[in-house]
Amino acid sequence: MKMPNIKWFSFWKLVLYFVLAAGAYAVVYRFLLGLGPSTNLTDQFPWGIWVGFDVLCGVMLAAGGFTLTGAVHIFNIKRLHPIVRPTVLTAFLGYMLVSVALLVDLGRPYNIWHPLIMWNPHSVMFEVGWCVMCYTTVLALEFSPIVLERFNLQKPLKYIRRALIPIVIAGVIFSTLHQSSLGSVYLIVPEKLHPFWYTPLLPAFFFLSAIAVGLAMTIFESSMSAKHFGRQLELHILKDLGRALMVVLIVYSVLRVEDLIHRGVLKQVLVAGYERNLFLLEIALALVIPIMLLSFRKVRETPGGLYLASVITLLGFVTNRLNVAVTGMEASAGVRYVPRWTEVAVTAAMVGAGFAIFGMATKYLPIFPEEHAAVPVPAAQRAAAPEVVMQNAD
Amino acid sequence: MSKALLYDATLCIGCKQCEQACADKNKLPYDDKVAAETRQSEHKFTVVLAKDDKFMRRLCMNCNDPACASVCPVAALRKTPAGPVIYEASRCMGCRYCMLACPFGVPRYEWNSVNPKVQKCTMCSDRVLAGQQTACAEACPTGATKFGERSELLAEARLRLRDNPGKYVDHIYGENEVGGTSVLLLSSVSFEEFGYRTDFPTDPLPNRTFAVQSRIPDFVPLWGSMLGGIWWITHRREEVAKAEGGEKKGGAK
Ligand code: SF4
Ligand code: SF4
Repeated sequence: MKMPNIKWFSFWKLVLYFVLAAGAYAVVYRFLLGLGPSTNLTDQFPWGIWVGFDVLCGVMLAAGGFTLTGAVHIFNIKRLHPIVRPTVLTAFLGYMLVSVALLVDLGRPYNIWHPLIMWNPHSVMFEVGWCVMCYTTVLALEFSPIVLERFNLQKPLKYIRRALIPIVIAGVIFSTLHQSSLGSVYLIVPEKLHPFWYTPLLPAFFFLSAIAVGLAMTIFESSMSAKHFGRQLELHILKDLGRALMVVLIVYSVLRVEDLIHRGVLKQVLVAGYERNLFLLEIALALVIPIMLLSFRKVRETPGGLYLASVITLLGFVTNRLNVAVTGMEASAGVRYVPRWTEVAVTAAMVGAGFAIFGMATKYLPIFPEEHAAVPVPAAQRAAAPEVVMQNAD
Repeated sequence: MSKALLYDATLCIGCKQCEQACADKNKLPYDDKVAAETRQSEHKFTVVLAKDDKFMRRLCMNCNDPACASVCPVAALRKTPAGPVIYEASRCMGCRYCMLACPFGVPRYEWNSVNPKVQKCTMCSDRVLAGQQTACAEACPTGATKFGERSELLAEARLRLRDNPGKYVDHIYGENEVGGTSVLLLSSVSFEEFGYRTDFPTDPLPNRTFAVQSRIPDFVPLWGSMLGGIWWITHRREEVAKAEGGEKKGGAK
């Protein structure tokens, strides 16, 4: 049982090294030559996949953090407790990677700190920037017990433990704000974004889908950890998540259809076209297929089925974000945007780095509390810490 | 007292003196090759377009409530009370949201620079503040581009429309588009011919965003107290029903 695992793992390692090397090369290229030669961005199309994928999807894929901490610590759903840590880790990693990607995309990255002192509260981007900054701090705090435990620092652990609930509440508030605000970013372009995607409800859709993706991502990463990092699969937890995912997807679908009807866009779905096709692809992947899959008990309650449904959901909402950022903006810009290899390389490296760091962290940090014995921690520490560990420290 | 430009395409002779003057004013290169370019770019802030014997200028509209300035996270772009929408490069972090947001597709980027700036017409802000007219208006030999008080120029445009029935398209472009602009256009052929969209809303685009953004200060305490309340209820219930303990509790106690 172990052997094939290891083989595959080394294959993926090779892929990973290649992807990271290509990404590093692309980043150097971009900083030496500027955005023009290193991207296919133009005056007509100023935002490409570094915004559409790295930022929009990156933040969305990191939504499991607030969804899970909120469910466990605010709604007191204790069953989900064991997976809070890996989820917080994913979120923390996600936001780190988004920040790095942003540095690559910004024309003047050394000015990234300017929003701290140069305010424009009317700008959605200003608000998103602040929320992301604050939320990354929150995530660092939520994540800190894992590191503190590893090095057996009891004092700071105690403080974090006391402040946990306010920290979690702050995290949920910041997340609600910036997850929805990434949709608000596009409210300013009613005449540019295709009507399939432009709606005053953009912030609501971005927020709802962030929750769906947070759940799907948690299922996905639990399954991945079970497959590749030899962790035991928490099937009873994943079943709950699958159920919740289905509910959120249905609510989202109802709202989406209502919105299309009220804005009179539904009939455009019948007219063939580039936007229509990608819109249908998005709806199929994000909503129709996952909901259909999850409606079967066999799918909803088996590891393989849940894994499949979550992957398709993720692909669906990635399509959604790219549709908003790219597909929906092309017609008004009068151009077709296809990313240059450098853009793809950087984005791929971000994803690769995410997997790699997650894998490493699961190896060296007590991410999965129930498997403490597997982590090289001195016995004395394990004896001293369990109280704190189990109750609060995520 | 906001200044504006009135461009009357029927008076334009396509001499491109405004292009030349703009380039000189902004210290940009200008030769026959640049003159032949028909697109605004990081080295050409205004263009005179020609179709048969009809002409049209394109430049930053210096909107009354500019989308570009409203979205800029660091307020590098600003609408000045005098009319011009100005850009402060030292603040800019290069997110290019202004380019995405501008309904007229105006801001240009120095894509080939490693320290890139956004570039666009800033309606000669320094000249306007010094009491002068814009370089383009000064250079225009026929008065097709005219500088003045926005309200006065509007009144004049209305007069021209009234006194010359049939000569113009009955529309002062920029009077109401996206809340009005500091550049006003008159033309004898459809504005769409030259790429000006006529399907814009008359309310400023930043209103769309503000409708949501302005709720945030109310939303935060509301959401916060709800979350706190939910925490209190769910954990209180737990205390009361402590005996139940049958479910799996992630190993706690
Ligand atoms: S035309 Fe565009 S760049 Fe010029 S002021 Fe208006 S929104 Fe800004
Ligand atoms: S590119 Fe510069 S001027 Fe434009 S919105 Fe971003 S920070 Fe502001």
